[in-house]
Amino acid sequence: MKENNKIKKEPLIKLSRRADIDRKHSWTYRALAIVAALIVDAIIIMAIVHMNPFDIYGTMIAGAFGTSRKVWITLKELSLLLLISIALTPAYKMKFWNLGGEGQVLMGAWATALCMLYLGDKLPGALLILVMFVAAVLVGAIWAMIPAIFKAKWGTNETLFTLMMNYVAIQLIAYFIIKWEVPKGSGHVGIINQSTQAGWLPYIGANSYPLIVGLVILVTVGMHIYLKYSKHGYEISVVGESQRTATYVGISVDRVIIRTLFLSGAICGFAGWLMVSGSDHTITTTISGGMGFTGIMVSWLAQFNVIVMILCSLLIVFMGQGAGEIATSFGLNQAFGDILTGIIIFFIIGVEFFINYKVHIRKSSGKEEA
Amino acid sequence: MNNIENREIAVSLRNVTKTFGSVVANNNISLDIYKGEILSLLGENGSGKTTLMNMLAGIYAPDGGQIFVDGEEAVIRSPQDAFDYQIGMIHQHFKLVDVFSAAENIILGMPGKMKLDKKAILKDIQDTVDRYGFEIDLNKKIYEMSVSEKQTVEIIKVLYRGAQILILDEPTAVLTPQETEKLFFVLRAMKDHGRTIVIITHKLQEVLELSDRVAVLRKGEYAGVVDTKDATENSLTEMMVGKKVELNIDRTDPVNVRDLVRIEHLTCLNKYGIKALDDVTFTIRGGEILGIAGIAGAGQKELLEAIAGLQKAEPGSSVMYRAIDNNDEIQLLGKDVNDIKNLGISLAFVPEDRLGMGLVGNMGMVGNMLLRSYNEGRGIFTREKEPRQLAEEIREKLEVSTPDVYTPVRKLSGGNVQKVLVGREISLAPRVLMTAYAVRGLDINTSYTIYNILSDEKKKGVGVVYVGEDLDVLIELCDRILVLCEGKVSGLVDARTTTKEEIGLLMTKYSGDHIAKIDVKKLMADDEEA
Amino acid sequence: MFSLVAFIPRAILQGMPLLFGCTGETISEKVGSLNLGIPGVMYVGAICGVIGSFLYEQSCGGQIVPIIAILIPFFACLAGSLLMGLLFAFLTVTLRANQNVTGLAMTTFGIGFGNFFGGSLMKLTGSSVPSIALSATSRAFRTSLPFADDCGWFGKIFLSYGFMTYLAVAIALVTAFVLTRTRIGLQLRAIGENPATADAAGIDVNKYKYFAICIGCMIAGLGGLFYVMDYANGVWSNDAFGDRGWLAIALVIFTLWKPNVAIFGSILFGGLYILNLFIPGAGMATKELYKMLPYVVTIIVLVITSMRRKREHQPPESLGLPYFREDR
Repeated sequence: MKENNKIKKEPLIKLSRRADIDRKHSWTYRALAIVAALIVDAIIIMAIVHMNPFDIYGTMIAGAFGTSRKVWITLKELSLLLLISIALTPAYKMKFWNLGGEGQVLMGAWATALCMLYLGDKLPGALLILVMFVAAVLVGAIWAMIPAIFKAKWGTNETLFTLMMNYVAIQLIAYFIIKWEVPKGSGHVGIINQSTQAGWLPYIGANSYPLIVGLVILVTVGMHIYLKYSKHGYEISVVGESQRTATYVGISVDRVIIRTLFLSGAICGFAGWLMVSGSDHTITTTISGGMGFTGIMVSWLAQFNVIVMILCSLLIVFMGQGAGEIATSFGLNQAFGDILTGIIIFFIIGVEFFINYKVHIRKSSGKEEA
Repeated sequence: MNNIENREIAVSLRNVTKTFGSVVANNNISLDIYKGEILSLLGENGSGKTTLMNMLAGIYAPDGGQIFVDGEEAVIRSPQDAFDYQIGMIHQHFKLVDVFSAAENIILGMPGKMKLDKKAILKDIQDTVDRYGFEIDLNKKIYEMSVSEKQTVEIIKVLYRGAQILILDEPTAVLTPQETEKLFFVLRAMKDHGRTIVIITHKLQEVLELSDRVAVLRKGEYAGVVDTKDATENSLTEMMVGKKVELNIDRTDPVNVRDLVRIEHLTCLNKYGIKALDDVTFTIRGGEILGIAGIAGAGQKELLEAIAGLQKAEPGSSVMYRAIDNNDEIQLLGKDVNDIKNLGISLAFVPEDRLGMGLVGNMGMVGNMLLRSYNEGRGIFTREKEPRQLAEEIREKLEVSTPDVYTPVRKLSGGNVQKVLVGREISLAPRVLMTAYAVRGLDINTSYTIYNILSDEKKKGVGVVYVGEDLDVLIELCDRILVLCEGKVSGLVDARTTTKEEIGLLMTKYSGDHIAKIDVKKLMADDEEA
Repeated sequence: MFSLVAFIPRAILQGMPLLFGCTGETISEKVGSLNLGIPGVMYVGAICGVIGSFLYEQSCGGQIVPIIAILIPFFACLAGSLLMGLLFAFLTVTLRANQNVTGLAMTTFGIGFGNFFGGSLMKLTGSSVPSIALSATSRAFRTSLPFADDCGWFGKIFLSYGFMTYLAVAIALVTAFVLTRTRIGLQLRAIGENPATADAAGIDVNKYKYFAICIGCMIAGLGGLFYVMDYANGVWSNDAFGDRGWLAIALVIFTLWKPNVAIFGSILFGGLYILNLFIPGAGMATKELYKMLPYVVTIIVLVITSMRRKREHQPPESLGLPYFREDR
């Protein structure tokens, strides 16, 4: 009944899902992946600038930690990236793909700048900062809640919706930048309230960075506790694991989705507030430096583990700052850091496979008798 | 009928083993399938029937052992390989693309001209359709089809590919008895055309009615094969469960029976807008176990979920709960889980889907204990101590075997998962305890543990509802048995005096006259020609 | 004064990069791969073309042979995009990594790659030119039909473009035809809807996914090349390509995964991009609001289709999900 008597060969590689892998093993794999990525990065740098690898990382370390000012910049960048990752984490834990972090941060920044510009000379300092804060948090939260409501009520695809919301936000800000630009036609808003410093976060030392770091630590600890020990956090876990189980015990899935995205967006808005009020004192469409997207990767790669999130953020910020240093000293483009970071992320993404699956390679024996 | 001994072997399995993680789904199984026979593959839920056949269909690759087709060793690594060996499988969960039409699904994956000539394709398929006398609109989209239409598409798909060996996985589970009859007729006709048929089932009646031989699996092991003519329900049951099981459930006479929940004219629609429950009226009484019997999908799920506040009911329906202390009656319909809880009504519900609905697989016992109680107490934080104590208590009392109370429950065996779920639900000190297929897939010991728990609850005056599939258990465990058929109540019998036959008849009382898809006469005429 | 004859060709030029990107992304999404790396792929495609062309122009000192000047960047672009496609396919199909994260990482990487080489090419090659301006190559790309000028408004609207514009439309039409009318299209769509079913029907899911992702990336990469060589007259400037990659992804949703509809959709989106130039009194600020419109209408389309729940208009059922046959 079968005319072709082909005997199929055993496939060379066979996969099976690992039953379980212990923590030590999985972290070893991840560490190896990062080392491999750093080596690949070093090779690329060598090929382009002809430096030896030790010098390369030496220069990079100098670029990120060389002076106390550089340390603070690195710490500030690290804090902001961590903050955005933290903001996105509850949504991911709920299996809600919030790709709209960038837009939510920007809208928070927008609300902050708006208050600084229009209320800067009307309110006393502390009150102004408070109003800015509330505005930023609310606007960020609302920006995230819009897709959440549609997801909850009509099942609208949240990945695509949140993604699109980023660009609505970017264009909205582009519009306001032109409205607010100083001087006219420059395309820049310039430093807001340069003379009065109204709405600027207070300086500790030479800038507000220590304050930013402190606030982010607070939020990080708070989020850790919220997710792990609060009733809300528990609801998020249940909804993320199984919506049917949630319904079965009387958790309103819609309410949890909307509430969690409100929180997620609020923290993103908070990050926007820190950027404008605490760091840049101006607004641009690129103020977040793509951290809204990088944060997604950090949050997802860390699998809700705060410590890993910190390490991941550190690695990415370090590569960015370090590569910037190399690029500057060789007259190359600053985008160098993105390439190096990209490679590291590819490795980390890839290694998850070897943690979750076992690869069996067929032994070359005489099993295939043609 | 040909003499079986002289038949050629179509497929032969030798020492086939398949594991999933630490679970051995098939252990060292050897089995021959003869050409032109109908072979029943019998076994309880979870005995490894589907896994074994999936290896013939190329869905899974065996970890060990060999498969021979027509006497030659075959390596089947993909469904395409299976088609090359002319093996086709009709899965229980239909493998159809919802937004495609029947015809598009049928030709999917087939070689042919690159450009799709719709007319020619339709004509070609129609030939196969006509030959077997199916009635189907080939242009209809799958998402607009009834279950039995989808199954018809699946069968045509396999036939159109020229499969000589057809494997059907629990094909009757979703069919009415009349549809089942028609399916059997088609299968016999195919057999007469020389095709080999393997039917996976756990229904003894079907095995005896349809097949030539019966192969039995038991917990992943091969338990033997017999000619159907030599088999009886008893002998097959014995093979399935290992030894003849004398059910010996300790049933006490109900005392202090009182009405607890009055369900009147309950009508619910399923997600397709079809009546899943139709004017159901009965009473749950405290101090007794009410069994609910019916073929799969007769409305059991909707009934329990409507009472538990998880399913909307149509106007005119009523579910009245009578309070213990003052006999006040409270309407439960229109209230959700939390409303019912806040009224102080303790309703426990052990759903059919344990890990998908009753528990969270990735949480440990402690986390799962919290499911029912996380919202208790003041403040924004969950409590840690009480659920841990409860988890330890259940672990000890019900002998849950787990490394510790924080191990994710998905890693536990089915029996232990069920103990965690039932343990948590009875810890609610319920007034009403509803269970759906509470012993499905469990070993005998665990099953008895569950029976005992239910009996104990009954003695406490709880109204216990037991939805089951094993009629012997229903008859020996319950006090009264409500029989559902197509969403309607077809009978309410006294478990102490009823018989399996009586319940069996009630289960199919209203079955029948709708959706007749296969033209039997045409089929017979065709057969005679052949 | 609003002149349609002047407006339409510019809208078309704006729209074509989106059309390439949209067609590529549609193919990818039809097999269930939400490739958010497309913006990065388009950057890589563009810069690879630029590098190829730059090296060629440098080597022959301005005396270029038009056909070679076209072929070199064209294939360099295809090769670069293919590598990106292979990377995405390897990570998400073979290694089953999360598509969203992989895609975003690819976009970060791709934009960085484009900007780095765009900003450093002169330095790296030690050449003396002040900026990358491949005007000779660009002229070759923009060569339109010789008789276009003689055909009045008809020539201006329909015939005044370089070959890549017609290529974009042709690819979109062919893709639409292949997806809906051929066996391979049926199989690709089946994978995106229900990979387990496609697998059971004997379709090699991974092979087709690799194929669709790579083809999709190559087509999308051409969008980047078109932008530099045709639209931007061969001048590379960092970040000039902007958010067009994301617009292309928006266009996929807006056109409900139909590349033939995307031909008009891309021109519409392109038109919105430059509408301010043709509306008297519209300032720079208003321009930004017009540029927001494509995203807003896309969101509206997304919301309406999810409310109407018409099955044919939903995203592919398994969009974004990895597939492993033995999962159960």
